[in-house]
Amino acid sequence: MTAESEIHDGNKGGEQGDGQEGASRRDFLCLSGAAFGVVGAAYAATFLINSLNPAQDTLALATIEVDISHIPVGEARTVMWRGKPVFIRHRTSEEITQAREDDVAALVDREADSARVQKPEWLIVVGICTHLGCVPIEQKTSDSRGEYGGWFCPCHGSYYDTSGRIRKGPAPKNLVVPPYVFVSDVVVKIG
Amino acid sequence: MSKAMKIKRLLIFALFSVLAVVLSPVAHTVEPIQLPIQDWHFSGPLSTFDRASLQRGYMIYRRICAACHSMKHVAFRNLEAIGYSEEQIKAIAAEYMYTDGPDEGGNMYERPGLPSDYFKSPYPNHNAARAIHNGALPPDLSLIIKARHHGPDHVYGILTGYEAAPEGTALRAGQYWNRYMPGHIIAMMPPLAGNMIAYEDGTPQTLEQYARDVVTFLTWAAEPMLEDRKRAGMKVLLFLLIFTGIMYAIQKRIWAAVR
Amino acid sequence: MIYKMSKTERVTFKNPVVRWIDERLPIFTLMRKEYKVFPIPRNVNYFWNFGAIAIFMLIVMMATGIVMAMHYTADTRLAFDSVERIMRDVNGGWLIRYVHMNGASFLFVAVYIHIFRGIYYGSYKKPRELLWMLGVLIFLLLMGTAFIGHVLPWGQMSFWSATVITNLFSAIPLIGDGIVTLLWGGFSVDNPTLTRFFALHYLLPFIIIFVIFLHVCTLHIAGSNNPLGINVKKSQDTLPFHPYFTTRDMFGLLVFLMIYAVFVFYMPNVFNHPDNYIPADPLVTPTHITPEWYFLPFYAMLRAITFDIPIPFMDIILVSAKLGGVIAMFGSIILLFFLPWLDSHPIRSARFRPLFRFFLIALVLDFVFLGYVGSQPADATLLDIPLNHFGLTGTVYYYAFFLVILPLLSKIEKGRELPTSIHQVILQAGNSSTSGKNE
Repeated sequence: MTAESEIHDGNKGGEQGDGQEGASRRDFLCLSGAAFGVVGAAYAATFLINSLNPAQDTLALATIEVDISHIPVGEARTVMWRGKPVFIRHRTSEEITQAREDDVAALVDREADSARVQKPEWLIVVGICTHLGCVPIEQKTSDSRGEYGGWFCPCHGSYYDTSGRIRKGPAPKNLVVPPYVFVSDVVVKIG
Repeated sequence: MSKAMKIKRLLIFALFSVLAVVLSPVAHTVEPIQLPIQDWHFSGPLSTFDRASLQRGYMIYRRICAACHSMKHVAFRNLEAIGYSEEQIKAIAAEYMYTDGPDEGGNMYERPGLPSDYFKSPYPNHNAARAIHNGALPPDLSLIIKARHHGPDHVYGILTGYEAAPEGTALRAGQYWNRYMPGHIIAMMPPLAGNMIAYEDGTPQTLEQYARDVVTFLTWAAEPMLEDRKRAGMKVLLFLLIFTGIMYAIQKRIWAAVR
Repeated sequence: MIYKMSKTERVTFKNPVVRWIDERLPIFTLMRKEYKVFPIPRNVNYFWNFGAIAIFMLIVMMATGIVMAMHYTADTRLAFDSVERIMRDVNGGWLIRYVHMNGASFLFVAVYIHIFRGIYYGSYKKPRELLWMLGVLIFLLLMGTAFIGHVLPWGQMSFWSATVITNLFSAIPLIGDGIVTLLWGGFSVDNPTLTRFFALHYLLPFIIIFVIFLHVCTLHIAGSNNPLGINVKKSQDTLPFHPYFTTRDMFGLLVFLMIYAVFVFYMPNVFNHPDNYIPADPLVTPTHITPEWYFLPFYAMLRAITFDIPIPFMDIILVSAKLGGVIAMFGSIILLFFLPWLDSHPIRSARFRPLFRFFLIALVLDFVFLGYVGSQPADATLLDIPLNHFGLTGTVYYYAFFLVILPLLSKIEKGRELPTSIHQVILQAGNSSTSGKNE
């Protein structure tokens, strides 16, 4: 049945692949066959792995709006943004002055306070220690703010100042300032 | 050989008689409903959704269907795919109020909708829906097209198939007769009628056109990836076709050397 | 496999890294022996592609399945929505899901053809009995995995086929109800059931891979059967696996993939029941529950037994209709384990056994017909006769084939004269074809 007819086909193929030209044509064919196989497999693998990137609904939640009218001077609130804590701190005038004076201090990651805030009384930073991703403590008024009046990360002892800049400890960078805009005087849109 | 041929012929005969029996309509218990088969813009192997029809369909869904039917798998942000701009989507979403919370005081609060919100259900829960509709639950429309055999034609049939009940049919209050509903009795009152919604683009304001538009929208809602799928299919098939051709040649050549 | 590998068989590889590894762990020698120079009868036809195709499909299922498991939530309140989220929001998720969903069907297409090949050419006969039995075990495990997987989207068909199929076990006398409660982890198909089904659906494929490994090991000890069903006698009868059969397997696989792709991209839901796009509702049974198409013939056998079987001349029911159906269904697969002994005819290939071939093809038609019966509502009729009667007839033929016809044919069928060697048949065929061309 089928097997026999196939074998006929194979034999009818006739031209032997041992000639020089035949061999090189076969090489080319085999190469392109292999290329197609590799490209196909690579594409499938990339496709599967890419599916693990943030999905459309996750990306859609990437911005939040926060009402900051009820945060008293000298206190801070934490909000969730993209699964991370964001510290919104209503700074006192002393803290602002302190932060500006420290612009010339010995900073690990030099950055002026004015470059880190849009309105001096509002400091908004991602509350994740730039060392290994712990959350620094501060938010309750009873918490220790560390010797620089900002935040203290208990995991490995990093100290941040009133502008969220790293002053002492193993962290290499200042606390990250997320993208944000003031929609109005009391509403800020993060992301 | 001749004996084998006889057997073969016998088998082929048997196969075809089985097929003939299987395919004959005798086997059905209930007389099947003949759906009004439509020529849909999105049904061909490379065809797309008609954007204008999608937007008209969405308008009908919002004004008419959404009063009773939820569509919980579709978010406002998805409307970008049917041709709305980001600003338009924000404005549409903000027309709905959503309960969110709890806030810092522990209270739930109302806020306007955001593009990331899903279409708002007209009911707080299923039981509330049943209570309003005499115990019937209006189905969620996100997947209605895929949840019915011949979805687009079925839904089109339901929307256009309301007729006076034939004599001798006892309809209770809140029941209607529909040509294309299995069993013909339906609890949904006729949702559409000609001229009930104004089209600004000059499209005829007929029941049939409304039904076509809303079915187009519902098909998109059930299968928003339809266009991507068909396009990707062409690429994959082309790739496989060339690859198969190459492998055929390689195989042929390798076997040609064997004698 | 490994015991055969004496030191003398080792190859010295040119690449120093390969050689270094191979001297310590001879995997390259093993690969070369089993997948490069491994002799395959040169006359095997395209039916012999389907084992490789089935393995490829299983790998596709596992790759897409593992990725989907990372997006899926096995909780009755969230399962349906999480699948919809895969379809709508996960990058390329719709394709991964459609590939997986249709992949199950195409895996079964490959497996059914593979099984048919095995029966038609007598691949279950000595010395391949264990190879065959491992294959039947793989088939059983695949059915279990597919059934459980179909429950995970938690649509109406998922829920109700889970309910119906798990209830089958309640037919077992005395311990049946206990088993069902144990399967459910509660008093109905519910959250515990879904969660454990998900865990099992992830686990079973790895067990299948292990059994496939054994299946391939036994294959490589006995060697492949061939369409003539006669033993390989000399080296002219065979060709090395690579490149002759690797390229041909690849070609066959690609043709198969093209058909598969047409379904995935252009009719992804034809094998799927529309009701499975309705979230599971324990209060509403769909009017017509059907299992996936690959279970339909067995489902028909389950429904064919509608009568109690009493102990003769007594009022005591030996086997209730319910238990009878369950036995008919599971028995039809268990039966396959004994096929090597039910058919003890010395000739393997149906090509030389016209009677066997006739009844076998009738069995295939019967099986397809049973599939049709299984797809119809329970009260359907055909030519005014209840369809169930046809289902019973079909079931009887299925059992008769294995229990009566095969043992009988083993005794009475003479069969045609077997050729002396594979090589000789090929030479003859080659000659007749060239002479035919010249005329």
